[in-house]
Formats: sequence, structure tokens, C-alpha cells
Amino acid sequence: MASQHGHASGADHQHAGHGSLKSYIVGFILSIVLTLLSFGCVMSGAVPHDLIVPGIVVFCVAQVLVQLVFFLHLSTAPGQRSNLTIGVFTVLIIAIVVVGSLWVLHNMNVNMMHPLPMTSMG
Amino acid sequence: MFGKLSLSAIPFHEPIIMGTLLMVSLAGAALLGWVTYQRKWGYLWSEWFTTVDHKRIGVMYIIMALLMLLRGFADAIMMRGQQAMASADAAGYLPPHHYDQIFTAHGDIMIFFMAMPFITGLMNLVVPLQIGARDVAYPFLNSLSYWLTASGVVLIMVSMFVGDFAATGWLAYPPLSELKFSPTVGVDYYIWSLQLSGLGTTLSGINFIVTILRMRTPGMTLMKMPVFTWTALVTNILIVAAFPVLTVTLALLAADRYLDMHFFTNELGGNAMMYVNLIWIWGHPEVYILVLPCFGAFSEIIATFSGKPLFGYKSMVYATAGIGILSFLVWLHHFFTMGSGADVNAFFGIMTMIISVPTGVKLFNWLFTMYRGRVRLTVPVLWTIGFMVTFTVGGMTGVLLAVPGADFVLHNSVFLIAHFHNVIIGGVVFGCLAAMNYWFPKAFGFKLEERFGKYSFWCWLVGFYVAFVPLYILGLKGMTRRMNHYVNPEWQPYLVVALIGAVIIMAGIGFTLLQIVVSVRNRAENRDLTGDPWGGRTLEWSTSSPPPFYNFAVLPHVEELDQFWADKEHKRAYKRQARYADIHMPRNTGVGVFMGAFGTAMGFALVWHIWWLAAAGLLGMVGSFIARAYDTDVDYYVSGAEVEKIERARLVPSQKLVDHVDPASAGQKVA
Amino acid sequence: MSSSAITANHDVIAHGADEHHDDGSKTLLGFWIYLMSDCLIFSALFATFGVLANATAGGPSGKELFDLPYVLGETMLLLVSSFTFGVAMLNMHAERRNKVIGWLFITLLFGAAFVAMEIHEFAHLIHEGAGPDRSAFLSSYFTLVGTHGLHVTCGLIWIVVMMDMLRRYGLNDAVRRRLSCLSLFWHFLDVVWICVFTIVYLRGVL
Repeated sequence: MASQHGHASGADHQHAGHGSLKSYIVGFILSIVLTLLSFGCVMSGAVPHDLIVPGIVVFCVAQVLVQLVFFLHLSTAPGQRSNLTIGVFTVLIIAIVVVGSLWVLHNMNVNMMHPLPMTSMG
Repeated sequence: MFGKLSLSAIPFHEPIIMGTLLMVSLAGAALLGWVTYQRKWGYLWSEWFTTVDHKRIGVMYIIMALLMLLRGFADAIMMRGQQAMASADAAGYLPPHHYDQIFTAHGDIMIFFMAMPFITGLMNLVVPLQIGARDVAYPFLNSLSYWLTASGVVLIMVSMFVGDFAATGWLAYPPLSELKFSPTVGVDYYIWSLQLSGLGTTLSGINFIVTILRMRTPGMTLMKMPVFTWTALVTNILIVAAFPVLTVTLALLAADRYLDMHFFTNELGGNAMMYVNLIWIWGHPEVYILVLPCFGAFSEIIATFSGKPLFGYKSMVYATAGIGILSFLVWLHHFFTMGSGADVNAFFGIMTMIISVPTGVKLFNWLFTMYRGRVRLTVPVLWTIGFMVTFTVGGMTGVLLAVPGADFVLHNSVFLIAHFHNVIIGGVVFGCLAAMNYWFPKAFGFKLEERFGKYSFWCWLVGFYVAFVPLYILGLKGMTRRMNHYVNPEWQPYLVVALIGAVIIMAGIGFTLLQIVVSVRNRAENRDLTGDPWGGRTLEWSTSSPPPFYNFAVLPHVEELDQFWADKEHKRAYKRQARYADIHMPRNTGVGVFMGAFGTAMGFALVWHIWWLAAAGLLGMVGSFIARAYDTDVDYYVSGAEVEKIERARLVPSQKLVDHVDPASAGQKVA
Repeated sequence: MSSSAITANHDVIAHGADEHHDDGSKTLLGFWIYLMSDCLIFSALFATFGVLANATAGGPSGKELFDLPYVLGETMLLLVSSFTFGVAMLNMHAERRNKVIGWLFITLLFGAAFVAMEIHEFAHLIHEGAGPDRSAFLSSYFTLVGTHGLHVTCGLIWIVVMMDMLRRYGLNDAVRRRLSCLSLFWHFLDVVWICVFTIVYLRGVL
């Protein structure tokens, strides 16, 4: 496997887990399957309407995780820990920005009787 | 060919602007002429403009900040003058459109081009030295950041003479800032100057995070980092997290203005409050981005001049990190009156009150550091004490405004103006000036003169209260902000007093400039040969002043907080090495200057819809960046022999001194 | 494999471990932080889209405009390009320069096809009178999806530059470092696209 090659160069001694062909193939197949499931949820018409949004959100999160693990090689390995910490912090800020904005503006639209009330985003 | 640009863009009919233009041109011509006469262009280019040395970039940032302080203050005193005059029947001397540009420019310049460059400059100067590094993680990127900030400065200065600046208030709220209500180029200047400098700030944020996380000297764990470096780390995390939001916000406004989109317009579903929401998601962390490094500087100063370790180092670190997170959870207190309702307002009101707790922790830490210390009342300490008093007052009026009910009364009043000047002048300006006085000898090898420094402090302190206490009172009386004219003559006496305060502050600024000039002239008397003029505690004081370009001949090894202090206590400092290793250094490059110039051209072209030039500017920037990637000659080695030569020249005098420069007595001479 | 070094990186090892000036791990960390800040750019755009998603101002809504099979096609192109980039990286670790160039070229083709499809989609919408100036919803749609497309375009330019560098310098440290960054960038764009097709398209047609 390619990943077995050692390198003296600085470029990736820190980035040890650079994946193997197998992990790329697994990640690729999982991505394709999850994508098809997402689109299938909406396009097939077989899924009850109430379950569509939760369904696509779950598949979305799953696929993001698949990509992070299999393609971006994010892990809890020592060399990756600072990247992971920074990533978790970013997720926190993203949550604050997105959820906060939706919450604040939804409340404003409701209270100010904005002509175009939003439906809340799940 | 020139888009919307024509000769009529120059406001010939405005005597004030034309007078300023004349003065600026004369002063500029004199400066350029002097540099040419002294044949210093080559020196400036090769030693300063193209430098990748963090210390020199830091100095250039601070010079930029001081220049912009003058511009921003000129705006301030013009506003105070107008409001002191324009009561009842009197119209004052500034027409509304000009006045509106002035208060907008004042805010933008003071935040983006005075305070930001100042703290970025301080971090550049100090952080690598404090962590025992030889440079920042990406020296070229650092130079690029500087020149992008400079291109923002150029654009905002050009806006004064070619076209106009935004007349919208410093955050350019839509719908006023939309094309329909601001059809001139003012808001476009605003957008592009902030986008360029914002890009520079984001890049330097990334640079410093990596520098602090990856380039600390051996042994320096996170909890052995000096507090200033800690605050710099948190500030840069906030920069990287918050500035992208500003970038998006301004880009969306630009899309409305340039591409006829409808994010924030009144028609077709636009929602102006989304802009307000987004810009404050950036804007509140920004306040802490500015003030945290100042907190760090005060911590260093108070520990050094009290001759004691900082009280509660750990709580200081946790308070800083806590402020960092909480600063993302309070943004709505800037627009309680938007109408989000009780739940939302209660949440953000409570979060705002909570964020004052870690700040309070810090204040007690500083007080306890001074307690039973031998406090030397030097200029940096005066600024620190002035800060502690002033900032506390400002913080308390802030907690008052955090109560949504009270905010409904005081929103947009001059009470608010007084509050945020109270924290920004008391926190950021005092902090920057304290830090400048404290680290100046490190940068230049001689101390700033004490007497004018003290005059400056007292003028600023007294001037601040004289200028802003009347605004607190007027705010309670119901005076709103940004008024070009008012009908209630009862307000006038207060505004005259406020003008007097501004004049006193002007004297303070004058004394600071005088202090620098006199200190440069008398530098022989104030020379510091030890590298440690104050009896410092942290690593930056262990190397010479100014430090050699490689900072440390041998990277210091750290075993405890305040390592240098411990080394001096145990007579381990200033050790000479038997042998010096080669040192790997980055080479200077002009690419940053070129990219800044292309950026300026692009920004100017976008403002005036000169599309070919905008495309050329963009291509120039991208092209220079790619060309830089092909440059193979980006670094070099300084030979150990050369390092030894430089170190010997430095260590001989300081070793002679080291016997009688034990820290306590070093301070006594100062006080 | 050998070539003239772009940096003096190899000397660093000889000079002791104190001061890795051009160490790849530092660059990758910095690039990761940059990606996180880019994430925040997208999160602000997503928040804006979320707020304005129903502000169609009487104009067409996502339900009327979006063509899911077409979007599925775009998605597949991007997913395949992600995989081919992965193969290029595996070849980089295996020191096979020409294969790296080859796989990068394949990635380039898929990426370019994605951008072409997106441009075609935009042109079609504008032609139908559903351009970004029609409503706040469409403004936010075009800006969010367009920003992603712009990123992909930058990635394509970067791939071309890297192919040229590989040709000139081979797999030296600087090239490896930059390929590693580009790899992060390319996969990151995939992650963003997953959120785009879920939140913009799939949820948009409901």
C-alpha cells in the first residue's frame, strides 16, 4: 500500500494518516450511496413528507463525516489533534452564526409582522 | 475608459477639503522631497518596504496607526466643533453631507486603520520575541498583510479628495447604504477599503495562530506563555473566526450595489436587518479583538513595574479564553430595538452581563498584582492605572446598556457614544500608548522620554473625561448621535465643554508626538544597552535592543513562566555560547508591495467602475502571488561565524552591565 | 526522483530540529485554519440563504426552478473528482510523478465539467427571468452557489499551476506541501457542496 512508504521530508511526517487506496474507495462508495439516499429521499416520493427533512439532514451530516474521515483524514491521532480541535471550535462558531441568525431574524419577522414571514429552518 | 471618474469628482467647491488637500500635498511633497534629497529611497525599499522581519513590519504598522490617529482625530475635533456651534439658529460650519462623511470616516479610520494596525503592530513586534521565535510562521504573508492594510488606508484617504466617502455611519447600514439612497461612490470606497484591509487582517490572524501554536521555543508549553501572547492568540482566533463574516456582509452589500441583487433592499424580499445582524456578528468580537491584546500589554506592564509575578496567571488565561467564546454570544445587544422580542433580548442581555465577569476577574488580578508590589510610576504604569479607572467606568455603563429596557431609552443616544469611547479610549487607546511606551526601547534601543509622556497621559485622561462626561449627561437628556444641528439650546454648553475636552486630548496627542521627536533627538541620553531597561520578566527582554534580525542567537529554553526573570535571579542570563549554529532566515521580497499596489488599483477601479483596471489589478494580484510560488530563492542561512560576531559586539557591554543591573535597581533609575 | 529544491527545506534537517522554517506541518496547519475561516464565509452565506429562502417576492421559488437530476449529475462529477484527487495523492506518496500529473488532469476535467454545468444552470435561470436581481431568495441562491463555484474555479487554476510545477520541479518538498494543501482544499469544497445540495436544492424543492 502506498501509505506504507515512509518519508523523511517535512511535508507529511505530521500528516501521517494520508490514507490508502482502500480507504479512498470505501469513502467514495459511501459518499455515492449517501448522495443517492439523499436524492432518493426527495425524488422517489416514497418517503413520508415529515421524514424527508430529518432524513436529508442525517444523510448530509453522515456524508460530511465520511468526507472528513476518509478524504480529509481528520482523526484523533496525535498529529491531527490540533486540526480536530480547531475544527470543533469552527463548528461551534458556525452553529452560533447560523442558528443565532435564524433565531434572531425569525423572532423579528414574527414580532414585527414582516410581510414575508419565514418558516423556521427545522 | 475611466468609468464614472471625471474631474468633477474632485470637490473643488469645498474649501475645507481643498485646504486639507493642499496641506496634505505640501506635506507629502516635502516628505518625498526630503527622502529623495537624502537619497534614502534605496534604503527604505530594501530595508523597510520589502522587509519580512516581523519587528520592522510591526514598526511600520504602528507608524501607520499613529498617522491614522491624526486623521481620525482631525475628524473628531471637526465634529466637536460643529456640534459646539450648530445650536438653534446657527448652522455651524460643516454642511450635512460633509459632516455625515466625517463621522463615518472617523469611526472607520479609528477602528480599522488606527486601532487594528496598532494592535497588529504590537503583536508583530512582541509575540515572536516573547515566544522565543526567530520570525512569524509565514514571513512573506506577514508583509502581504501589511501592504493590503496599507492599500485600504490609501483608498480611504483618496476618498477624501476624489469623490466622497460614505455618509452612512461607520457600519453603513442598509437601506441607507444601498445604491438608491447613497448613489455616490462613498459606500463603494467604504466597501473596498475594508475588504482589502480585512483580507490582510485575516491573513495575519492565521499567521499568528500558527506562529503561537507551532513556533514556541523549546519548553514553552501553553501555560508558560506570557499573558500578552495568550491574549494575542485569542485575539487572532477571534480575527479568523469573525472577519470572514465581515467579508461576507460587505460582499453582499457590494452585490446589492453592483449586481442589482436584493439582500438588504426594501424591495423584492430584501431584509436590511440581516445586514445589521451579520455585521454585528463580526462587530462584537471585533471589540474584543481590539481590547484583549491591550489587556495583555497591561498585564505585562503591571507585573514588570510592580516587580512581582502577575497575580492569577491561570485565571487571566481562562478569563481571556472565556471572553473569546462569550464575545460571539452577545452581538444582538447592539440592536435590541430591532424587535426580536423578549426571549431574544433577554438571552443577549444576560450574556452581555455575564461577559463582564471575566473582565472583572482581570481587573482584580491587576489590582492584586500591584498590592504589596513596589510599583514604579513610569509612563506605562500611569496609562495602566488610568485605564483601570476609566475602563471600569465604561464597563459599568456597558452593563447598564445591557439591560434591554434601559437600552430602549438610550439606544442611538450620545450616552452610547460616551460609553463606547469610554471603553475604547480607556481600553484600547490607553493600552496601545502604554504598550508603545513599554516596548519602544525594545524596538529602537532607546527609551521614550518620560516628561512629555506624562504630560500626554494627563492630557488624555483629563481630556477624555471633559469630552465625554457631558455626552453621558446629554444622552440621558435625550440627545441622539450623529446630529449635524440641534434645536435645543440647553445642550450647547455641554457640547462646548466637550469641545474643550477634545482640545485637551489634542494636546495629549501633540505631547505624544513631541515625546517621540524629543526622544529621537536625545536618543544618546536614553540609550539602553542592556536590552532590559525595565527589569523585565519575559523573553523579549533577554535579547538586545533592538534585537538582531534573527532575534535569538540560540533559542532560549523555557522551564517556567517568567523565565528571563528567573534566569536573572539565578545569574544565568546573558550566557555566552561557545559556538553558534547557522541560522535559517527568510529573504526580503517586494511581492507584498506589488500585490498591495495592484489591490489599491483594483479597489479604486471598482469604486469608479473602471472595469479594465479592476481586471488588471486582480490579475496582477493573482499573478504576483503565483509568481511568488515559483520563486526558489526565498531563504538563506546566516553563518554561525557572523552570528558570533554580532553577539560578541552585543554581549561585551551588557555583560559588563549585568552585575549592577539587577532588576530592582534598573527600575529605580527610571522612576 | 530529484530536482532542484524550491526551498532549503532539506537543509533544515541537517541543521537540527530547533527551527523548522519551512516545515510542511506548519503550512498544513495554517492552511487548515484558512479553510476553517472559509467555512465561516460559507456559514454566513448559508445563514443568509436560510433567512431569505422564502423571500421570493412573488418570483419563482426553488420548487419551480431546481432540476434535481441535473444537480445529481453535478454532485457525481464533484464526488468523482474528489476520488481522482485522492488517487493523485496516493501516487504522490508513491513517488510516481507522471501518474500524479495524469490523475490531476483527470480531476481537472471533472472539476471543469462541474463548473461548466453550473454556468449552464445559471445561464438557463437568468434566461428564464430568474436571475439574481429577481428576488432576495434568488440573490442568496446565486451568491451561495456561485461562491462555491468560484472556489472550484480557483481550485482548477491551482491544479493547473501544480501540474506545471510537477513538470518543472518534480515531487520536491514544496510541491508536496502545496499538493497536500490543494488536496485539503479540494475535499473541503466537496464538503461544502454536500451542504449546498442538501440545504439549497433538496430542501428547496420541498
